[in-house]
Amino acid sequence: MTMTTSSPRELPHQPWGRVRQSRRAADRMMKIIATGFTFTAIFVLFWILGMLVVKGIGGLSLATFTAVTPGPGTEGGGLANAIVGSFVLTFLGIAIATPIGVLAGTWLAEYGRGSKLANLIRFINDILLSAPSILIGLFVYVILVEPFRGYSGWAGGVALGIIAIPVIVRTTEDMLSLVPSHLREAGAALGAPPSVVITSVTWRAAKAGMVTGILLALARIAGETAPLLFTALNNNFWFSPTLVGGVSNLPVTIYQFASAPYENWQQLAWAGSLIITVSILVLSLVARRIVAGSK
Amino acid sequence: MTAATDMTSIPGATPIVRKAPKATFDLVFRNASFAAALLVLVLLAAIMVSMVIGGWPAFREFGLGFITSSVWDTQNDQYGAWPAIVGTLSTALIALVIGVPLSLGIAVYLTQLAPAWFKKPVATAIELLAAVPSIIYGMWGLFVFVPLFAAYVQIPLSNIVEGMPIVGTVLYSRSPSGLGIFTAGIILAFMIVPFIASITRDMLEQIPSVLRESAYGIGATTWEVVRHVLVPQAGVSIIGAVMLGLGRALGETMAVTFVVGNANRLSASILDPGSTIASRIANEFNEALGLQLNALIALGCILFFVTFVVLVIARLLVARVKRY
Repeated sequence: MTMTTSSPRELPHQPWGRVRQSRRAADRMMKIIATGFTFTAIFVLFWILGMLVVKGIGGLSLATFTAVTPGPGTEGGGLANAIVGSFVLTFLGIAIATPIGVLAGTWLAEYGRGSKLANLIRFINDILLSAPSILIGLFVYVILVEPFRGYSGWAGGVALGIIAIPVIVRTTEDMLSLVPSHLREAGAALGAPPSVVITSVTWRAAKAGMVTGILLALARIAGETAPLLFTALNNNFWFSPTLVGGVSNLPVTIYQFASAPYENWQQLAWAGSLIITVSILVLSLVARRIVAGSK
Repeated sequence: MTAATDMTSIPGATPIVRKAPKATFDLVFRNASFAAALLVLVLLAAIMVSMVIGGWPAFREFGLGFITSSVWDTQNDQYGAWPAIVGTLSTALIALVIGVPLSLGIAVYLTQLAPAWFKKPVATAIELLAAVPSIIYGMWGLFVFVPLFAAYVQIPLSNIVEGMPIVGTVLYSRSPSGLGIFTAGIILAFMIVPFIASITRDMLEQIPSVLRESAYGIGATTWEVVRHVLVPQAGVSIIGAVMLGLGRALGETMAVTFVVGNANRLSASILDPGSTIASRIANEFNEALGLQLNALIALGCILFFVTFVVLVIARLLVARVKRY
């Protein structure tokens, strides 16, 4: 190890003079590289955001929010059906994932804590957390689209829900584990059964963190495209209120419009990208603020 | 709610006994949360089973040849996964080669070099990089990065290496459009950076500062502290973080689909268009029928098992860190 050879400071005529030079040079080099890398990443973020603002802002108008997506070769049009469809699918996903995720996280943190089964479930949950989202789309296609012979918003919502579940499980468990156990003991000492202790003591103490988990899950699924490609599909009309037969949505619309030969499609794709990215970044920042506030 | 009323009722002379309904609720709550937890296990198993069943006709038809064959012919119903597998692995590898040094540099900057007031905004910016949707990376890649890459890297590089042995094959692009395996790898690198960087940062922060201080105390420079104290201490968990990034890179779909070029053929050059498993599924699935559909699900099955193994190793190496 180099550091064990380091010499007393600034002695004249010391034999390590040259070594010191090279060590300093290596140190300075590393600092410059690390700083450079960090600013490269930040630069890319601002490059992407700048690109979205420059190209997207021109496509934003009232019509963007009121008109439906135009068909091939049709002038004008907006993103109204895609925006509403995205809202419906995202909230459907969250509505499916929240009860399951919160309950599973609660079981891991409260009932199963330390047990082998809990460790296994936690492990599998962590794997689901990083599972490729396109595989979730394939899975939902196999279980919900193929058997019912048709694309539907329900399939899209389920696909998004499956992506959101592990996020919520993870944050719920982490947040519940942070609740000091004397709170639970105090509740139990008053004679409250475990379920009451959990719902009115532990959950309440961890509320901010659990809400953050749900917001993070929302941010995660709001921009997901791959799982919707073959579940919710996409089209240029208002979807049926039963959500059967495909629901238009923003990410897939962007995907289809971006490289299309029609100028108004490309313009709408940029506008949609701007809308979706700003919403997701704001959502992530709000979630972070809640965590910071609760600490 | 109930606990609050219970608490107020404790000192009172008339305790309100509501035992029976609570016991039922207790049992229901416990079983419901247990069922939800089990559902996580069932989900993973169900994904695995559905992939195997959905892809089975293709596996049965082509056997092991499905993996090794390079033919993807929808007219004659002949399918082989090899170009897509190679494309997936090479894009992910390029992403790691570029992304890992970037991430480690960022983690070192955030923990050792950044001034205190600057740490938080930088960390937030890096995490926002993770929040940007995949499709936006695809748009940026296709419309901003690809033209620049073609004009300033691909064309000059092709001119230089043309005719050289080996390099002339690997780095020469027949159609310098900017699209290709290498471009996809670069975009993927920026997408996995926030994940690797923030896990590594957490790891570095967990190292007791007394270790760092004692190294500084005997005269080590910052670089030597990083190289000889922090990196060996964080050790395997950094490898775990890298594997986690690899897991992301392997399955990333939309960004890759935009920039990889979607060629069915396998090219010897990393600058030529190719395809990955995920991009091929995204491209062809909606038009696929019959055996092609099965072949695409079989591709998904291969992707599932590869990422599953990578992620299992990753999670075993990363001691549980607080990341979402």
